[in-house]
Amino acid sequence: MVALAVALVLGSVPIVGAARGNTTWMEVARPAARALFVLVLVASACLVASFVRDDFSVLYVATNSTRALPLRYKLAAFWGGHEGSMLLWLLILSFWMFAVSLFSRHLPLAMVARILGVMGLIGVGFLLFILLTSSPFERLIPAAQDGRDLNPLLQDPGMVAHPPMLYMGYVGFSVAFAFAIAALLGGNLDATWARWSRPWTTVAWSFLTLGICLGSAWAYYTLGWGGWWFWDPVENASFMPWLAGTALMHSLAVTEKRGGFKVWTVLLAIFAFSLSLLGTFLVRSGVLTSVHAFANDPRRGVFILLFLAVVIGGSLALYAWRAPKVGLGERFELISRETMLLTNNVLFLSAAAAVLLGTLYPLFLDSLGLAKISVGPPYFDVVFVPLMTPALFLMGIGPLARWKHANLPEIGIRLKWAFGVSIVTALLLPLALGRWSGVAAFGLWLALWIFAATFVNLWSRLQPLTGGLVARLRSLPLGYLGMLTAHMGVAVFIAGVTLVKTYESEKDVQMEVGDTVTMGPYTFRFNGVEDGSRENYIYARGAFEVTRNGRLAGTMHPEKRQFMAQSEPSTVAAIDRGLTRDLYVSLGEAVGGKNSNAWIVRVYYKPFVDWVWGGCVVMALGGALALSDRRYRFARSSRPAIEPALSGTAPAA
Amino acid sequence: MRYLRYLIPLAAFLVLTGFLFKGLWMDPHIVPSPLIDKPAPAFRLTQVADPAKSISRDDLLGKVWVLNVWASWCATCHEEHPLLVDLSKTGLVPIYGLVYKDTRADALKLLDQQGNPYVAALFDPDGRVGIDYGVYAVPETYVIDKTGTVRFKQIGPITPEVLHDKIVPLIRKLNA
Amino acid sequence: MLRPVLALALVLLTVPFCAGAREAAPVGQDPAIERRMMVLAQELRCLVCQNQTLADSQAPLAADLRQEIRELMQKGQSDEQIKQYLVARYGDFVLYRPPLRSETWFLWFGPAVLLVGGLTALYLVLLRRRRLAGAEPLNADQEQRALALLSEDEGQPS
Repeated sequence: MVALAVALVLGSVPIVGAARGNTTWMEVARPAARALFVLVLVASACLVASFVRDDFSVLYVATNSTRALPLRYKLAAFWGGHEGSMLLWLLILSFWMFAVSLFSRHLPLAMVARILGVMGLIGVGFLLFILLTSSPFERLIPAAQDGRDLNPLLQDPGMVAHPPMLYMGYVGFSVAFAFAIAALLGGNLDATWARWSRPWTTVAWSFLTLGICLGSAWAYYTLGWGGWWFWDPVENASFMPWLAGTALMHSLAVTEKRGGFKVWTVLLAIFAFSLSLLGTFLVRSGVLTSVHAFANDPRRGVFILLFLAVVIGGSLALYAWRAPKVGLGERFELISRETMLLTNNVLFLSAAAAVLLGTLYPLFLDSLGLAKISVGPPYFDVVFVPLMTPALFLMGIGPLARWKHANLPEIGIRLKWAFGVSIVTALLLPLALGRWSGVAAFGLWLALWIFAATFVNLWSRLQPLTGGLVARLRSLPLGYLGMLTAHMGVAVFIAGVTLVKTYESEKDVQMEVGDTVTMGPYTFRFNGVEDGSRENYIYARGAFEVTRNGRLAGTMHPEKRQFMAQSEPSTVAAIDRGLTRDLYVSLGEAVGGKNSNAWIVRVYYKPFVDWVWGGCVVMALGGALALSDRRYRFARSSRPAIEPALSGTAPAA
Repeated sequence: MRYLRYLIPLAAFLVLTGFLFKGLWMDPHIVPSPLIDKPAPAFRLTQVADPAKSISRDDLLGKVWVLNVWASWCATCHEEHPLLVDLSKTGLVPIYGLVYKDTRADALKLLDQQGNPYVAALFDPDGRVGIDYGVYAVPETYVIDKTGTVRFKQIGPITPEVLHDKIVPLIRKLNA
Repeated sequence: MLRPVLALALVLLTVPFCAGAREAAPVGQDPAIERRMMVLAQELRCLVCQNQTLADSQAPLAADLRQEIRELMQKGQSDEQIKQYLVARYGDFVLYRPPLRSETWFLWFGPAVLLVGGLTALYLVLLRRRRLAGAEPLNADQEQRALALLSEDEGQPS
């Protein structure tokens, strides 16, 4: 509650102060933000302590934990339910505010005041929501003897890492959003704004990439049937901000370097954060069915919707009011890097719109009373891939295009080798993998194209430099290297997705001890199941021996766990990971009577599936590299913002 | 005039909010039946109490009747059972039970213990007739008219409100 | 004399079926139908566990429906006919690929329309920009016109 008061102060005073030019009021911003963070941190610490001490007089602890729960999961249970996850949202929001308060010395005070003020207002919304409808600190009187346990699906390292990463990402877009709003309020929308917005956007984007990647990897091994992306509404809820955020990052590049399309970039920043908020709403309101949905309550839904309406509606209204007054940037030709980046924007936004459309369409039709339909992977796969393909193709050309005026024929000449090699390799590779497929060839071509074009780009940058390879690489701006890395990450990702979807295979069999099943060069032999128990569950652990061409390749132990506090058993698949393939075994049910020892077993062969997540990690790495660019380091003095001349990054390659 | 273009995002958002608001009061899990106003699927099933006797859908033409899908293992079915017993006592409409994926013994035991509101309980051990009727979540209840057309489906247990506000008035109307 | 031999023969005949390692039996009877069924089931939604496909779901109804599909396939029904069968009983909800109808036109064609619209708008905006001068300052009259044109230009597609 104290935090609420602070947030209210933070939300109003600095902004009003900035509007009035009142320095004292504006200076309230930084300390207020830091105080807010400390207060929320304390509140969070209290919750954590309740979990660790098994304080079941706290309702939230009683519903999400149990004495026997291992410590690391007691900590993760903090965000295992709706109330706690809202507190996590708030904690991360206040963390970002704290970070902004620390790293903003080079910005004009008025701007900082507005940015923190906006974030403070958002904080107010969340605090009100938590205090009024979703407090994790509600008491349970009399206290329970033992808790109801954390959902067994969540008792997993994935649970420890995925939500915090994800939240760091999409809450992080609030910073870019606040920058945009601050700029609209102050009327100073210029390249400086873009330059300082960019690192915050990039870091949020990197976290979001990792967060989504972790979620997918976790689903893969925990759900027992080898899937890693379902176009589930909650997955889409995190993917849409990612798409908008990617568009935003690219658009900021145009605004920073060339001062162009500032208004558009502002709009994108609003969109990215709005999609994050929308996602939060969709998951908690009961409006959509989802694997992830928290407990639903229309009352909460109304509150969040109201909050959404105020924040998004308000920011769009502000946009409509202020944007027309902003000036244009410098000229550029129809064929130029600016245009390509803007085409990227249109493509990514259309993709985000398509995902939004598919996710919400059942709701639209149902609310109009027209029909009750389902929109699932068959729709998204058909619609999303064609939208992304041009963007992927442009990824090879864009970085080679000059700013202001690109020379297409020249680019064509430089890339014809890359083009040729990628096509030929893509046509031949499927044969090497066992079975030719047009789809595989196409996907591989895209990946190889990006790889080759990026390589050409790097090569042409390195050529004129002198020195050893490492020295030459070191001399290149990190922003540029970051971009290359991230684009390579995309190539790896595309390759992984294409290969696993084309060449994966699955067998559903009934096995008794001693039975074998073969997949490609691998033979799996079932050696029975042993029973055992852990802190809060009992398990049946299968033993499989894997041989390849007669030689032992490993053993695998899928499990079926029955948690004491839950009624449904859960499956833990056994995965033998490899750079070029995963072997995946999961136990279904025991069949037959008490005397039979037969089990239903699913065996999967998934080639290159780890490239999917590897690609995401490389993308995030690219983001991290770009962040460490010298431009953003401001070692000692608190020099006020200066107009960047030609910054140290690539003048067109 | 030109400035209106800037209002497009806001306008689109407000439309979206309208839909989302409406959506808060709807349940995305409910699967409405495509059988409403269509002929009730045909069946011929034996009775739970007497395997020798069977009833078919055509036997029931000419009167309004209620089909209640239930099973002894279904907890929420127990909740609605007293309401059905009361309804059967009013004699308003004949209620036929569809015993879904159950055993005769368990079903008969429940009817013994909790009362039998059914004119006859039909035995559907493998759930095939259930699939024909689009059953996915027991209990479910159908109201079928004299021509054998499905007029109403209740998904989930019958509550006094649904009974009073929807089912009874509908039956009265169909009987008229 | 004969009986012990017969008994032994019987035992010997059954041994290969009872003991020892062997290739595991697939769950479905006919592997071709099984594969076809699983592919179709991937496009169908489980009504109980509504976030899983019919292929992945462990719910009893899902198992029943998979069995139903197997039988229909064995009777020679096509995938389309089987989908119709299920839709007649459960409605369009059971299809993960929304059918193309007047209500779903916007769903299926919307993204393409948005993309084309977006690219067109981008193109038009870029063309207009070329007409605007770069560096020379504008007099009041030109500035008015510029502002007006500006707001046209800056009105980006959403």
